[in-house]
Amino acid sequence: MNVPAPDPSADDAILNVDGVGVWLAGREVLRDVRFRIMPGEFTGLIGSNGAGKTTLFRVILGLQTSSTGSVLVGGRPRNRRNPIIGYVPQKIFLDPDMPLRARDVVALGLDGHRLGVPLGWGRRRKAVDSMLDAVDARRFADARVGNLSGGEQQRVLIAHALISRPRLLLLDEPLANLDIGAEGEVVALLARIAREQRIAVFISAHDVNPLLPVMDRLVYIAAGKTASGTTAEVIRPEVLSALYGQHVDVLRVHGRILVVAGTEGPPAVMFEQPNSAAVGPGIASPR
Amino acid sequence: MNEVLSALFAPGFFASDPVRAALVVGAVVALVTGAVGVFTVIRGQAFAGHALGEVGSAGGSAAFLGGANPLWGFMGIAIVAAGLIELLGLHRPRARDVATGLVLGAGLGLAALFLYLDATSSSTTGVAVTILFGSLFAVSQQMLPSIVALSAVSLLVMAVCYRMLLLSSLSSDLAAARGVPVRAIGIAYLVIMAVAVSLAAETIGAILATALVVGPPATALRLTKRPGGALLVAGLIGVVAVWLGIVLAYDSYYWPPAGHGWPVSFFVVALVFVFYLVAGALTGIAQALRKRRWETAPRLAASGCAEHPGDAV
Amino acid sequence: MVNTWIAATLVAVIAGAVGFFVVLRGAAFAAHAIPHGAFGGAAGAVLIGVNPIAGLGVFAVGGALGIGWLGRRGRHDVATALALVLMLGLGALFLSFSVEYAAAVYSLLFGEVLGVPSDELLPIAGLGIACIAALAVLYRPLMLTSIAPEVAEARGVGAQRIETGFLLVVALAATMTVPVVGVLLMFSLMIGPAATAGSLTRSPRNAIALSVLLALATVWLAVAVSYLTNLPVGFFVGTLGAVSYGCARIWTARRRGRTAPA
Repeated sequence: MNVPAPDPSADDAILNVDGVGVWLAGREVLRDVRFRIMPGEFTGLIGSNGAGKTTLFRVILGLQTSSTGSVLVGGRPRNRRNPIIGYVPQKIFLDPDMPLRARDVVALGLDGHRLGVPLGWGRRRKAVDSMLDAVDARRFADARVGNLSGGEQQRVLIAHALISRPRLLLLDEPLANLDIGAEGEVVALLARIAREQRIAVFISAHDVNPLLPVMDRLVYIAAGKTASGTTAEVIRPEVLSALYGQHVDVLRVHGRILVVAGTEGPPAVMFEQPNSAAVGPGIASPR
Repeated sequence: MNEVLSALFAPGFFASDPVRAALVVGAVVALVTGAVGVFTVIRGQAFAGHALGEVGSAGGSAAFLGGANPLWGFMGIAIVAAGLIELLGLHRPRARDVATGLVLGAGLGLAALFLYLDATSSSTTGVAVTILFGSLFAVSQQMLPSIVALSAVSLLVMAVCYRMLLLSSLSSDLAAARGVPVRAIGIAYLVIMAVAVSLAAETIGAILATALVVGPPATALRLTKRPGGALLVAGLIGVVAVWLGIVLAYDSYYWPPAGHGWPVSFFVVALVFVFYLVAGALTGIAQALRKRRWETAPRLAASGCAEHPGDAV
Repeated sequence: MVNTWIAATLVAVIAGAVGFFVVLRGAAFAAHAIPHGAFGGAAGAVLIGVNPIAGLGVFAVGGALGIGWLGRRGRHDVATALALVLMLGLGALFLSFSVEYAAAVYSLLFGEVLGVPSDELLPIAGLGIACIAALAVLYRPLMLTSIAPEVAEARGVGAQRIETGFLLVVALAATMTVPVVGVLLMFSLMIGPAATAGSLTRSPRNAIALSVLLALATVWLAVAVSYLTNLPVGFFVGTLGAVSYGCARIWTARRRGRTAPA
């Protein structure tokens, strides 16, 4: 299903997902998923809610066993304590009442899995400060993390994931619940990290548009099946129609992409929304 | 047949007035707590339910001090506590947890005070045990009409608010969008829960009331998927637990240590717990069976997917 | 009287430190259930004539493991409630068998902080040190699993195992302190000061320190007032906890109100 022919440098892939299938409670959640991510690449995982994005992430992280296929991380089978992967979950538990500063959350990314109280405060503090600088979060380092805005919290979480020096960064829907401005800032930050530190970024989203300017490749997921390649290779009516199992049109409007379900005849146009993040990938069912 | 019956029901079981009163009160209370408790479990308010019961013991002991029936004390203070939890708790789960804990701590402090005063003012020291652990056989006959009336009112209010309550328990945003007064429903629900917990406190004791409010509903929710069915099943499980508990407690006069009955509350709690575990085991077995049925399914689907258009990509 | 001060001080330090994590994790119900249910074990121990602390320990640890085990299969609060009432139901049964039960119930539930014998101080101190040591070892995983359990899981920290470990720490704290101060005082001391500290400070380290200080102040004040008025100490601890949290909330709300319009 990989659109470009497998190249000899496949062994260098930071993530190699090969024929992964997952059954959960008698339902096929993922079927024959295969794609590769190279170091420093910015890859989007695009699909609507319930398409299997989170399950795929859990398989990559080793939190969910797959029924078939294999996942290689950095050329080796994944295991639970894989420091190569940094993970930013969609859901975290932060109340404004919790006595935790932004820098405490970042510090937990460094050594939160170790037993004992942290020692060597000076060194730790320096590492945390430089990481906060890297994501431009120094301003609110000492603020209560529960009081920060959505975009600020995302920066803190990205710093939390990056401080353990991963080579692959997985982000589960980091753009959900962000306004357009914050959305653009977070995407730009991630693109910069991928470019400057050669960290592969793998980001899930239900809307392809915010990622278009920075994405090297994308993995499109629908009903547990995937297609991968560059935007031009994947976002085509033939490819997506096969994925969805029904006729799908791809419209390009002002440099934005709309994926629209349609029967024969004129497509059922889905109106472009100023912030289509709230709309989803844009599968409007035929009337 | 008669032998079985006489082995099960000790002589004089049905002739005893306290037993008959206990059977009626127990059944009525179990039906109410079952119905109310389903929402306690769905809404994740088991802690609040438990806290209301324990805080109620402060009211029970205060009422005892003033010479009134503990039920009124239970209920008065439980309703006040319900309001405080709602007022302090906001909508974040952790803040709610802390607010409930603080109200519980303060209420227990009051209970300590009143129980201490009870013990010093009257020479009977047993009042703490009666209020905290209760006894179905000690429910006074003249309270019977009040208990039945309160139960009927609670069930009626539940029936009226049922759909709004269900919707706001599933998603408060969805309910608000449909015009349900979510906050008011939440407060009304806590008040009903306070009444139900007080009734349970009167029968099996303040600190064991939770068993009836949480146990049968949690069991029912494991067995049935329909919310309406769960209300009924929870009530029935509660009635069975209470009645069986009464029978066993009555029988236990003939068990060691001789001439000393085991407390009804213990039997009710133990039965509720066993029912919960059995329901869990049953659903576990059902799931395993379903899984085995599915084990062949992936192969069928996998062999069928070659023709699926999705693979042409 | 000196013993009382020492015991109360030890208990306050433990409760303040453990309480920080109880509030952070939203585990107030478990923190209430484990000591409270353990009281059933003490009743059983009295019945068969062994040291109540042994009974407390068995029930507290059993309760912690039971909550962890049941919570894996069902809802956590339901599991806690059922484990609690089962332990209390057993307690009611044991109590009904023993002869002089009423006084025993009262002192176990509400404590006898004004009558601590000298030979109980050493075990309290020992268990207290064990508690603090366990918290220090679990510190970072406890924090991480509190905010992002999935990340912890992905980095090889079993959130379930950490949860059970934490419940065992609570059980340890309950075992050492309940016979001295009673279920009620222990619970109130874990929630009130920690919640107050959490709303006043921002960093976890400061919050733990403030929580311990507030717990100390609460206990000392409560013991002194209880000594003077001859009323139960648990009443003062419970009330002081709620009042201090209320004051902290009002204070932070006013401060926020003053800065917000600017």
